[in-house]
Amino acid sequence: MIIKRGGEIPSSEITPEHAYANRREFLKAAGLTGIGLSAVGAGLLAASRAGAAQQKEEPTSFERVTTYNNFYEFGTGKEDPAQNARNFRTKPWTIKVDGLVKKPGDYALEDFIKPSTVQERVYRMRCVEAWSMIIPWNGIPLADVIKRAEPTAGAQYVEFTTLLDPEQMPEQKFPTLHWPYIEGLRLDEAMHPLAILATGLYNKPLLPQNGAPIRLVTPWKYGFKGGKSIVRIRLTAEQPVTAWVRANAHEYGFYANVNPQVDHPRWSQASERRVGEFNRRPTLMFNGYADQVASLYSGMDLRRFY
Amino acid sequence: MQSRWLAWSVICVSLVPAAWGVFALWSDIKRGTMYLSAEPVKELEHYYGDWVLRFLIATLAITPARRITGWNWLQKYRRRFGLIAFTYACLHLLTYALIDVQIDWSILIEDLTKRWYIIIGMTAFLMLVALAVTSTTASIRRLGKKWVALHRLIYVAAVLGVIHYWMSVKRDIREPALYALIFAALLGYRAWHALRSRSSRPDSNRSPQPNSATSA
Repeated sequence: MIIKRGGEIPSSEITPEHAYANRREFLKAAGLTGIGLSAVGAGLLAASRAGAAQQKEEPTSFERVTTYNNFYEFGTGKEDPAQNARNFRTKPWTIKVDGLVKKPGDYALEDFIKPSTVQERVYRMRCVEAWSMIIPWNGIPLADVIKRAEPTAGAQYVEFTTLLDPEQMPEQKFPTLHWPYIEGLRLDEAMHPLAILATGLYNKPLLPQNGAPIRLVTPWKYGFKGGKSIVRIRLTAEQPVTAWVRANAHEYGFYANVNPQVDHPRWSQASERRVGEFNRRPTLMFNGYADQVASLYSGMDLRRFY
Repeated sequence: MQSRWLAWSVICVSLVPAAWGVFALWSDIKRGTMYLSAEPVKELEHYYGDWVLRFLIATLAITPARRITGWNWLQKYRRRFGLIAFTYACLHLLTYALIDVQIDWSILIEDLTKRWYIIIGMTAFLMLVALAVTSTTASIRRLGKKWVALHRLIYVAAVLGVIHYWMSVKRDIREPALYALIFAALLGYRAWHALRSRSSRPDSNRSPQPNSATSA
């Protein structure tokens, strides 16, 4: 498999000025936690490439980010979650960390976040349905949380469980998916500095339709990997059986890395439309984060492990 | 005169969603409104697709409605609604090819050769083209009995349309299932009607049965 490296992009085609300014802002925020994060900045720099060169990469408006959502617990229409999640209660909120860890525990959300610094990360979000957004998230590195729990030697995967509460989440009364929603990552993916647990966007606390109060964000993967309203993080030895794999393993894989060369059985993944825009743009390998994450998958057949 | 006014009013009202779709897309792209959600192109595509199925239902509902109510003037609306369904099918296809895919031949060719739901949808569309082209009174006269046979294709097109929709959804099949139920009812009514009228015909139409007088 060929991975385009950032170096191939002529400097004239790199991010326009306002996006560059964003990056400065972003790096300032990232600088607070220090190491490993320059990689993230580079991801932002690899914003555009030939073909998409003239197309801008501006954050998608707050209004669009908060009204166009896939959050099946609140209905399967894109505009359902914003409607049906209005009264969703996120306080109090407890997160259980368990499984193959030395320090399991139940944490109130505040205590769970407190040890880490909340950072701003401007990420691309590519849905498996071939639409995309750019979202300025606020969140904490997932690696922080996992390190704190001290995984045991046998831990190889991390499983994320969304709240199960049919009273508040009306779609959970129907077998649309197997509830609660389960997502998962390989441990090394979860430890990657790009993976965050988001608690806000646009410097505001997350709204319910975006996965309040805390959700997973893995920008090099399709959006459905980002489990929302997380109540449990479990370290396991076995690969978690995720909701979409259980629903349709033929179409949705465990890895779900953004890959323009591997089509969904029913549509092409070669291009996408940025929400709010008219023209399609080419989809980038690993959603443009190849330089940072491709090494996680070296030697793997990405057609097989889609 | 009165019925002509009514006919034109019905046609105009039927095309209001078509005009609204064009306006809403323009407004969403140019003025940043969100009439068609935050992703207007996809939404418009689905919106027109829905209207195809709705007008196919309307078309197929005419005959049962006429038989049940005895209002024979309804019959004229069968062709009108059929042509409106065809209009929405054109808009649905144009939205897909021109606005969504933007005539990217690599995508179009792949879709039309590899994606079954698109192949099926396109087949249904071609059937509607054949029906629309032969919908004129002159065609009815010229084709005679063949016309009746040809226009039974609308049943096939309707079924393919629902299959196309059903296959395109990711997980939630409730809406396509509802359409399937409605079409099943409309086609079921015809089957029932055909069976009943066959069995109520005089015995001379059947193979001779010696003791037919005793049959219940």
